[in-house]
Amino acid sequence: MREITVTQALEEAMIEEMERDERVITFATGRAPALENKFGDRRVRFTPISEAAFTGIGLGAAGSGFRPVVNWGMVTFSFVAMDQIVNQASKIRYMFGGQADFPVTFRCTTGGGIQLAAQHSQSPYSMFMHLAGLKIILPSTPADAKGLLKSAIRDNNPVVFFECSRLAGVTGPVPDGDHTVPIGVADVKRAGRDVTVVGLAYYVREALAVADSLAKDGISIEVLDPRTLVPMDAAAIRASVRRTGRLVVVDEAPATCSAASEIIALVTEDPQTFGALKAPVQRVCAAPVPVPYSPTLEQAALPDRGRIEAAIRRVL
Amino acid sequence: MSQDKVELVEILRQMILIREFDVLAVELRTAKRIYGALHPYVGEEAVAVGVCAALRPTDRITSTHRGHGHCIAKGADINRMMAELFGRADGYCKGKGGSMHIADFAIGMLGANGIVAGGMPIACGAALAAQLEDQGAVAACFFGDGATGEGEFHETLNIASLWKLPLLFVCENNRYGAGNAVESVRSEADISLHAPAYGMPGVSVDGNDVLAVREAARQAVERARRGGGPTLLHCKTFRWLFHAMRDAPQPDLRSADLLAQWRARDRDPIARFEAVLIARGLVTAADVQAIRDRVKRDLAAAVEFAEKSPYPDPNDLLVDMFAE
Ligand SMILES: Cc1ncc(C[n+]2csc(CCOP(=O)(O)OP(=O)(O)O)c2C)c(N)n1
Ligand SMILES: [Mg+2]
Repeated sequence: MREITVTQALEEAMIEEMERDERVITFATGRAPALENKFGDRRVRFTPISEAAFTGIGLGAAGSGFRPVVNWGMVTFSFVAMDQIVNQASKIRYMFGGQADFPVTFRCTTGGGIQLAAQHSQSPYSMFMHLAGLKIILPSTPADAKGLLKSAIRDNNPVVFFECSRLAGVTGPVPDGDHTVPIGVADVKRAGRDVTVVGLAYYVREALAVADSLAKDGISIEVLDPRTLVPMDAAAIRASVRRTGRLVVVDEAPATCSAASEIIALVTEDPQTFGALKAPVQRVCAAPVPVPYSPTLEQAALPDRGRIEAAIRRVL
Repeated sequence: MSQDKVELVEILRQMILIREFDVLAVELRTAKRIYGALHPYVGEEAVAVGVCAALRPTDRITSTHRGHGHCIAKGADINRMMAELFGRADGYCKGKGGSMHIADFAIGMLGANGIVAGGMPIACGAALAAQLEDQGAVAACFFGDGATGEGEFHETLNIASLWKLPLLFVCENNRYGAGNAVESVRSEADISLHAPAYGMPGVSVDGNDVLAVREAARQAVERARRGGGPTLLHCKTFRWLFHAMRDAPQPDLRSADLLAQWRARDRDPIARFEAVLIARGLVTAADVQAIRDRVKRDLAAAVEFAEKSPYPDPNDLLVDMFAE
């Protein structure tokens, strides 16, 4: 299978979906020359730096028959559009009694680890998970990125699509043809017996690296990637934990009210899974600080392989 | 009856219906037969009716927290509106929305909105859809004077003008945002002056003169349909009643003098329009009375419809969350 980067995979998804459905339109504050050359500046728009307006424009166009892909750039910039996200997009279908569908996809990059400092290194997906009414996607491989972006664009609901910055240049195999990945289905990236490690985005790779090195000590790690945070594939996570009896969740967001917390709650509130636990569950998350700039501080703030391994050894 | 007369009489009927609907809603809320928050539109009827008279069913609008008038003017069914206020299953939103979230997508009414200026970007998106569809449709967004303080107002004016979107910005300047007079919250009182700054025509109009509003809206709509871009329509009007009520109305600190001036027959949008129609010999006082009687019967029937409708089944709590 051919190997491409996450960025290339996402661009392929955009091109294929824009070819497939002429109601797919896209806007961002930056130009997208490849798309603009192919589809023209009516469908591929660059906008003023007005996130609140173009987030709502996406929503309004979605409610009027189009399928906009709104690119916020970084999730950081979505915060000036919070009215349109929180008060409008997440609620519009339900509060109007399901009269209309709003097939809009909001794309944004997320995460730290590349010395962009506090404002440009955020991982706030749990803030969006908390709003009933948005689907939330966070892929970790080029194939999942492509397949899930295509599914997001075809989905008839507002979807927030997070793209981990540290994964942008990572390559991986991507199937040819119309490759889609269903929303709401987790993926076991490595099967194992002793500990379930649920990783998110960049930390799926890190968990896999730790699993490789622990295999030499005879420790068998299962690495599971939820891929979608809303809806969360609780059944797959619980099934894995029932097999291994141990759970470590790794993410670069701070632990408080995080996706990691949610995953642990879904596991421990299920009687059967709770009964199968052999050790307390563990979170390996960022320190509760704005992500600092200096590499020594940033590394101290974010999870790493050493901390993942230590958490695994604590539950064994 | 000539087409013109039919249209004018319908404009009168709609204004009377909006007024009576909201007067009744206040009674119903006071009697606790309906719930939540209520923002009556009484006194501002000519804005919604004048603008919507210039629109087609395929044109789309967004509304505000004070949205009943916009719904009725766009052609919404008062039975389903009333059922929504009663929180019943046959309401427009199956009882999930209430007064601040009535919508009827089938007639291009993309929703009242509990967030000041929140509907403006959404209307801008509907206007973009209209531009891309290229069938000559337009969009209109209603918003209050208070909304001009929000970033969403400035962002959408700029983008709509930049992209030449077929959009009417309809500012309902009722001189107050909740308890605050326009002069106390704006550095420049004249709202129409935003228009030249964003490269679009700004038209100030007597918002209590329904024909003047309709004429201004027609010109703006015609310009938008031709591809000429948006217009800021600044409608000067006045809210007769309190800003909002829950169990009781919020205190109204405006002077009795001011209220009396605006409620005078020569300023009341309905009394004024009635006088115009009678003077032109298009209706008699008896005709007007007949319209009023019919409106009252229709509203009584709407209340009956609403009360007969069941409350939503709690088992349906999760229905409508996500589309298939
Ligand atoms: C973003 C936001 N801030 C505050 C409020 C509370 N609020 C509701 S209506 C209102 C006044 C709005 O004034 P205006 O836009 O002039 O509309 P009017 O009520 O006069 O029709 C306020 C402050 C709100 N709903 N949304
Ligand atoms: Mg006002």
